[in-house]
Amino acid sequence: MRLWLALLLALQCALAGLAAQANEAQPLAEDPVVEKRMVAISEELRCLVCQNESLAGSRADLALDLKREIRGLIKAGKSDAEIMDFMVSRYGDFVRYRPPVNPVTWLLWFGPFVLLAGAAYGLVRMVRSNQRASATTPTLDEAQRAKAQSLLQDTDKLP
Amino acid sequence: MKKKALIPLALFLVLAVFLAIGLTRDPRVVPSPLIGKDAPQFTAPVLASPEKTFALQDMRGKVWLLNVWASWCTACLQEHPVLVDYARRKDIPLVGLAYKDKPADSIKWLQRKGDPYDFTVVDQDGRIGIDFGVYGVPETFLIDQAGKIRFKQIGPVTVEALEKQILPLIRELQK
Repeated sequence: MRLWLALLLALQCALAGLAAQANEAQPLAEDPVVEKRMVAISEELRCLVCQNESLAGSRADLALDLKREIRGLIKAGKSDAEIMDFMVSRYGDFVRYRPPVNPVTWLLWFGPFVLLAGAAYGLVRMVRSNQRASATTPTLDEAQRAKAQSLLQDTDKLP
Repeated sequence: MKKKALIPLALFLVLAVFLAIGLTRDPRVVPSPLIGKDAPQFTAPVLASPEKTFALQDMRGKVWLLNVWASWCTACLQEHPVLVDYARRKDIPLVGLAYKDKPADSIKWLQRKGDPYDFTVVDQDGRIGIDFGVYGVPETFLIDQAGKIRFKQIGPVTVEALEKQILPLIRELQK
């Protein structure tokens, strides 16, 4: 009986050890400088599998692969711009959270300012035409003014 | 005065048209920058006989289809019957690319479900997939005689996509 208990205990310990091993934290990147640059670059990139996540934040399989590629490119001495080009040439401008300014994205970048300018123009025109309208409003002559005055006084007397 | 009253209506219509166009588009389909460009070079082992390698140049002068699939990919099951049916009547090579899949699993999958491919090549670490801008399996590329990518189907090949887009394009390229 004792022996069985001891065996059982030993087995449990062994299993617990295995489990602990399975859950062990992944080793930190061997080079923190490379890792920092990789994170900085991948934060600018969209994960195409889960589009509302950045590549840096995503655990999708493709995102892990792409981060591995970026690490490789950094170690190969590529510049940030070259790495960006690597991604854009494969996945298009859509992978960038900050789209570049080019003829295709002009509407995106400048459209709001065009709308703003249009609204400002409309406002200026409206104000001007109101001013013109008030400038041409006929003024009262002496007799009309006296009549208006008396009418106003009459209303004052009313209970 | 009447004209001015129509301005908000006109603005609303413009907005409605833009939003309506937006609704018809699938945000998951990202246009590939590789269309019209040279297909990325690669060499990869052939699934059925790993001692042989396949290189992109081997297909020079041919119009062919490269279908990226995997045994773990559920959407591939959806397109599989379409490909099997097409394989019976096609006149161009259909090459499979087993993307991030264990060769043993790929072989088992093809044995169980049928093999529409002329042959399949292995991309176990997904590097070829990255060069092709693959982000969701299945994806299918139509490559012309000069090795340029002419069309990319993202997601399963449907009968509709095959008949309306891919086949007419193949016929045009073969002229």
